[in-house]
Amino acid sequence: MYNFDVEKPGTIAEAAAAMGADEAQALGGGQTLIPTLKQRLASPSKLVSLKGVAEMQGMGKDGNTLRIGGATTHATVAADGSYPALSALASHIGDPAVRNRGTIGGSLANNDPAACYPAAALASGATIVTNTRQISADDYFQGMFDTALEEGEIITAVSFPIPQAANYQKFVQPASRFALVGVFVAKYADGVRVAVTGASNEGVFRWTEAEAALSTNFSASALDGLTVDPDNMITDLHGAAAYRAHLVKVMTGRAVTAAG
Amino acid sequence: MPKDTGIGAATVRREDVRFLTGTGEYTDDITLAKQTYAVFARSTVAHGTIKSIDTSAAEAMPGVLAVFTGEDFADVGGNPAGWLINSRDGEPMKEPKRPVLAHGKVRHVGDAYAAVIAETVQQARDAVEAIEVDIEELDAIVDMNAALSGSNFVHDEIGTNQCFDWGWIEDNREATDNAIKNAHHVTTLELVNNRLVPNAMEPRASIGSYKASTGEYTLHTTSQNPHLTRLLISAFVLGIPENMLTVIAPDVGGGFGSKIYHYGEEALVLAAAKRLNRPVKWTADRTESFLTDAHGRDHVTKIELALDKDGKFLAFRTDTKANVGAYLSNFSTATPTFLHGTLMAGNYTVPLVYVNVKAVFTNTAPVDAYRGAGRPEATYSIERVIDKAARELGMDPIELRRKNFVKPNQYPFASAAGLEYDAGNYDALMDKMEEVADVAGFAARRAESEKNGKLRGFGVNAYIEACGIAPSNLVGVLGSRVGLYDAATVRVNATGNLSVMVGAHSHGQGHETAFPQVVAEMLGIDPAVIDIVHGDTSKIPFGMGTYGSRSLAVCGSAVVRATEKIINKAKKIAGHMLEASEHDITLADGVFSVAGTDKSVTFGEVALKAYIPHEYPLEDIEPGLEETAFYDPANFTYPSGAYACEVEVDPETGKVTVDRMTAVDDFGNVINPMIVTGQVQGGLAQGIGQALLENTSYDENGQLLSASYMDYTMPRADDLPMFAVDHSQGTPCTHNPLGVKGCGEAGAIGSPPTVVNAVIDALQSGGKNVTHIDMPVSPARVWEAMQ
Repeated sequence: MYNFDVEKPGTIAEAAAAMGADEAQALGGGQTLIPTLKQRLASPSKLVSLKGVAEMQGMGKDGNTLRIGGATTHATVAADGSYPALSALASHIGDPAVRNRGTIGGSLANNDPAACYPAAALASGATIVTNTRQISADDYFQGMFDTALEEGEIITAVSFPIPQAANYQKFVQPASRFALVGVFVAKYADGVRVAVTGASNEGVFRWTEAEAALSTNFSASALDGLTVDPDNMITDLHGAAAYRAHLVKVMTGRAVTAAG
Repeated sequence: MPKDTGIGAATVRREDVRFLTGTGEYTDDITLAKQTYAVFARSTVAHGTIKSIDTSAAEAMPGVLAVFTGEDFADVGGNPAGWLINSRDGEPMKEPKRPVLAHGKVRHVGDAYAAVIAETVQQARDAVEAIEVDIEELDAIVDMNAALSGSNFVHDEIGTNQCFDWGWIEDNREATDNAIKNAHHVTTLELVNNRLVPNAMEPRASIGSYKASTGEYTLHTTSQNPHLTRLLISAFVLGIPENMLTVIAPDVGGGFGSKIYHYGEEALVLAAAKRLNRPVKWTADRTESFLTDAHGRDHVTKIELALDKDGKFLAFRTDTKANVGAYLSNFSTATPTFLHGTLMAGNYTVPLVYVNVKAVFTNTAPVDAYRGAGRPEATYSIERVIDKAARELGMDPIELRRKNFVKPNQYPFASAAGLEYDAGNYDALMDKMEEVADVAGFAARRAESEKNGKLRGFGVNAYIEACGIAPSNLVGVLGSRVGLYDAATVRVNATGNLSVMVGAHSHGQGHETAFPQVVAEMLGIDPAVIDIVHGDTSKIPFGMGTYGSRSLAVCGSAVVRATEKIINKAKKIAGHMLEASEHDITLADGVFSVAGTDKSVTFGEVALKAYIPHEYPLEDIEPGLEETAFYDPANFTYPSGAYACEVEVDPETGKVTVDRMTAVDDFGNVINPMIVTGQVQGGLAQGIGQALLENTSYDENGQLLSASYMDYTMPRADDLPMFAVDHSQGTPCTHNPLGVKGCGEAGAIGSPPTVVNAVIDALQSGGKNVTHIDMPVSPARVWEAMQ
């Protein structure tokens, strides 16, 4: 690590002000950032810890919408029952230590192309709430590690419309246990949304052909005639593009079946 | 009724109390007065010429005390290879110098070319970044075939990337060729034995210190064999007299082979400690461990098996390229040769074996012995090709093996690969395996899996290994530059407790529990009064350390011999005390008695008499009760086993799940069955890791792609089934006093071919004509093989 300052604001306003410093970096649970710092791959002047911002903690249901504070840990989400598919997803992120530290805001701000939460947010048509505005998930994810967030902007909450049925299927990359391919399927009154993480060079994406087919017939057999284009899929040590493309279809089918 | 102490008792490991409560003392836990810290500057390219190194800015940084480069060690010796291999044409192997710090060229990513010593680790790390180095990058040599055919050399001074071209047994070459040419059937298999990163839980660490007043050096280091490390540093690298260098390997958190070897960091901290007259500590981070610990395996092999029409084996012939990496690590030349080729007859009566091994330098981390060391590579090749032959001939894989097993009445058996097996019963192991693994129930389990859309496969393996390394006279003839005896001193203290100083080093093996069981059994006393001392060259006799499943078979035998000497002397003392001839004294349950009388003295009373020798025949018996024995084995020991594995394959994703794993081993006599079971379980985890998960991958530029746990998959508990481990079928070793064979490596040797055979069987059952998938058998590889 290189030296840096740490600030622990108590309110969103204080956090936003602290982020105004040159080379300041927001710190959620630190499950990606701290290892990066330890390897000297980043050198922020100041870390702004969001842990102490009370208004960013916890979750609550309002009608059919689940609002989760940006500093809420995966373990908290996992223990909540209001959106079972989302809680199930959270319960399989990393290990208990990661889940007790890592936060939903941190995960979405980092937008790792193999992270789980981006699939849930995109498939749910969630709204990313920041200290300055609200961003729809469709506008938020802009590619690998790339988001609509501006410099210094903080995710204060995420709002999920709760679907009629949903499921997340993760085929793990065996070492990191991130998603080699993860598919989140969510069925709403106005249609089905399917979001895929882990597979694409462009990060999380919606599989629109599957959405159309499943909106007509919500069963795995609806996918029978579909194929996933391996162009632009990731090829790495753990699997080639064609394998990932294949897994997208397999995992989507399993998610649909599990969602019922 | 199981015993609760002594030989055969499943005594709880006494060392676990400190390991499990965080009170062990590892090298990094030690802080010496005025200690400083070393951080190394390491190459980020695999191959390059060092044009210049400017350390002036680094030297001016806060807290920096010294900066070393390869130039500082240009005049000292290199880290040598411990085993001379001659090529088939009689030429000795190529031995390019392995310097303390890279000099002239860097030869793999992670190769250290400079080191900074500073008051803190942070200061040293900052200063490393301030070193200005100009390295002209050269094309990296990564692929072994390209290395052998190209004109780009890892070591320019030897003008080749081939270290040696070894044949075994050369006199059998022609006969083997003929047998294969004329055979009824020949099965051929080309396979890769994948490179593994050792991943000891504790990274390497060293502290060098120097006492100017006496000229004495001390090295605390993560070593499996402190005396060997001292010998290498003294005789080859720094020239410090052995009696001026103490090497201490305190608690060591796993080695698996990687901590056998002397590494340049150890020499650096010693030299720096002298220059600064202050202790210098270095602790590897995990990235350094991935890049610079000696890796394991990395063989590419073509194996052919010739059979007659009845399935009798006629010959094995192999052609192997073994990657030795950028430099020769200490036992890197023995591992692919004498620890590999000599096992190539397996458990079989095959009359002919010919093994050819070409060792190849590449711009990758050095490769050396790793749990099993050559024997897993042999077993994997043999046991995979046998399965393939069984499939080609339509024979049952168990029956084909049984047909060719060495039978119990054939011992001692001279194998076609040059070893003399002393004892074994491979059919009994296979019988037991079939029972424990419930082979009879497999068909029903397969049907159940198929109902769930899964493919179930059964894999089998029979292995033999050569352990108890090693008879010095034999290995000397074969090129070893060291002896492979071990040593023990048994010191009975005046108050009747014992310190046993051993040359073996325990870094997870449980010596502190098992060795006292042996001594306690022999003396008839409570093992709690016996303490094991190991790991400190100033306290222990000159032993060769722990590797090759040798500790109990070799060092344990030395403990027995030393204890026998104690008993002999104690009987003399008792005889004097009881006014009887020593020949009439018997020892039972810790009491010396005169046969046929009620006269006796306890072991404790004899001990006290030895140290307070009043009314003592000083003209006949020396005071004190302390004896040392060196033990050099007459032969290797030959553990063997029969393993079974059942896997389920998900045909949609290619994911393999190990559902059942059975290991039936013959370790001869067993001192502590609980420790033996634990050793087998650990070995199975590592073997399943190699078979399914662990992928060490360099790209064409020599960058290690799998250099962290984000990409290198260690086996985790949920990757493994509950293991069925059995060691009831022991046939005692015939030539060591305990009749023991060694159990440390078996699991890692026997499991990889068993797992892969099971995967192939599963795919075949699903109608896929797949005969081979290279390890690690990842989901992606299985899926691709099925397309």
